[in-house]
Amino acid sequence: MKSITRQKEYEEIALQLNGLEKVCIIGCGACATTTRTGGIDEVALMKERLQNEGKLVTGWLVIPTACDEITAETAEAHGQAIKNADSILVMSCALGVHRVSLYAKKPVIPALDTLFIGLEDLPGNFYEVCVQCGQCVLGYTSGICPITACHKGLLNGPCGGTNKGKCEVDKEKDCAFTLIYERLKEQGRLELLKTYHPPRNNHIVLRPRSFKIL
Amino acid sequence: MVSAFKQALSSGKFVVTSEIGPPKGTNLKNMNHHIELLKDKVDALNITDHQSSVMRAPSIAGCLAVKEHGGEPILQMTCRDRNRIALQADLLFAYSRGIKNVLCLTGDAVPVGDNKEAKGVFDLDSVQLLQTIRSLESGRDLGGNDLNGKVEFCRGAIVTPEAQPLEPQLAKFEKKVEAGAEFIQTQAIYDMENFAKFMAYARQFPVKILAGIVLLSSARMAKYMTENVPGIFVPQELIDELAAAPKGGALEKGIEIAGRMIAFLKKEQLCDGVHIMAINKEEVVPDILAAAGLAGTK
Repeated sequence: MKSITRQKEYEEIALQLNGLEKVCIIGCGACATTTRTGGIDEVALMKERLQNEGKLVTGWLVIPTACDEITAETAEAHGQAIKNADSILVMSCALGVHRVSLYAKKPVIPALDTLFIGLEDLPGNFYEVCVQCGQCVLGYTSGICPITACHKGLLNGPCGGTNKGKCEVDKEKDCAFTLIYERLKEQGRLELLKTYHPPRNNHIVLRPRSFKIL
Repeated sequence: MVSAFKQALSSGKFVVTSEIGPPKGTNLKNMNHHIELLKDKVDALNITDHQSSVMRAPSIAGCLAVKEHGGEPILQMTCRDRNRIALQADLLFAYSRGIKNVLCLTGDAVPVGDNKEAKGVFDLDSVQLLQTIRSLESGRDLGGNDLNGKVEFCRGAIVTPEAQPLEPQLAKFEKKVEAGAEFIQTQAIYDMENFAKFMAYARQFPVKILAGIVLLSSARMAKYMTENVPGIFVPQELIDELAAAPKGGALEKGIEIAGRMIAFLKKEQLCDGVHIMAINKEEVVPDILAAAGLAGTK
C-alpha cells in the first residue's frame, strides 16, 4: 500500500513560497521515494531549482517514513538546517506534511499533491483499489470494489456507459462491472450480480474521521 | 389518479413516446415549439435531465411546460447531480405539480459534459431511486419519516439490450423491475433479430418495454454511433442504405428507416411501444410517425 503523489507545478510551489527565502527541504524514504516524487534524487533536483530561483536552501533531509512518529527525532538530528530556515518544503504525501507541521512551528509547504492510496502492479504503475468507505462490499463483488473501480461508484450494476468492457469516461479504463462479472462467472457465483444493495450510509464514521481502540 | 401515460401503457395499445431537451439558457421558445409540435402526436414526452452532462434548464421546468401546453410529461431524473435529499424533494415537487411519470437513470459521467470539474453525486443509483419512489409512495421518506401527502408515480427505467457483456445489464434490469419499474425505454436498437432475442427474455417480467428509436441522420452519424456510443450497434446494411441515399437525402432515408423499424415492431408485436429520440431533429418526429403509419393514432 502506498500513498500516491505527484509533484505540483513549480509555479504553484513558488507561489506558496512567496516571501519565504530560506527553505529546508524534507523528502520521504517510503512511498514518495517509490513514486519518484520525494526521494533523494527529487529532493536534490528541488534544491537545485530553488537555488537557481534565488532561494537559500538551509539544508535537506529524507526522513525514512515521513508520516511515522520517528519523524520528530530524525528531524532533531538536522535541527540546524530547520532552525535556520523560515519555511519547510515537504516532498512527501499529505500525511508527512501534516506530521512535520505538528512540530516545525514554521510555515510548512507541500511540494506534492496526494492523489490516492494505491498499489503498484508493474513498476511505476499505480492504481487505486479502496476508497476507505467503511462498509466493505468485496464479498459480493469477487474482490473488486465498484465504489473504487466504477467511475460513478455504483453498486447495483453497470450504467449505460459501459462499452465492451470499458468505461464511458476513458476507453483505457475497464468497466468495474465487466471485471466483477468475469470473476464471478469463473467462480460460478453469477447470482451475486442480482443482489440488491440499498442506499449507503455516508457517515459510517462521522467526518472528520477518527477511531479509538477501546 | 393514475397518469394518462400509465393508462396508455395498460390499455394494450402500441405506445409512443418521444423526448425534448430543455434549453441552454432562458429562451423557452424552441422547447415550447417542439412541445406544441409533438404533444398531441405521442402518448408522453420525456424531458431530458442535463443529457450528456451538459448543463441546461432542468427537466422539471420542461415537464411543467409540457403540462402548461396540455401534454403528458415524463420526468427524467438522473442520480448525477442531486443527493437523496434533493431527489426526494424534487419528486415531491413534481407530484404536487401534476407530473406523474418518472424515468430513473444513473446519469452520464460528469467529465463527458460541459462543466467537467463538477462533483458527480451518485448518492443513489437508478435501482435505489426506483426504490425511493416506492418508499415515498408508501408515505415515508428514505430516513423513515412520515410524509404529509404521498406521491404516486408511473415508474420507468432504461436498459441497453446491445450492451456487451449483456449479462450484468440483464441482472440490473431484473433489479429495476424488482424495484418497481413499470416501463422500460431501451437504448437505441437497430438489429431486429437481436432485439427479438432480448424481448423473448424480457417478456418474462411484468414490465412494459418501449424500444428506443434513435433517428439516423447520415451514414457518417450511424458509423460514429456504432463505433463510439456505448451500447449501440448499427448493422452495416443500414449504414450502407444511408450511404446509398441520393445527395441531400440521407435524413429522409433515416426517417424512412426509423418509420420502417417502428412499423415492424408494431406489426410483429415485438414490444409494447417505441421511444423516439430525434436528437436535435425533433422537427421530423411527425414525419417518422407518418413513415411508421402511426400519424395521429394517439
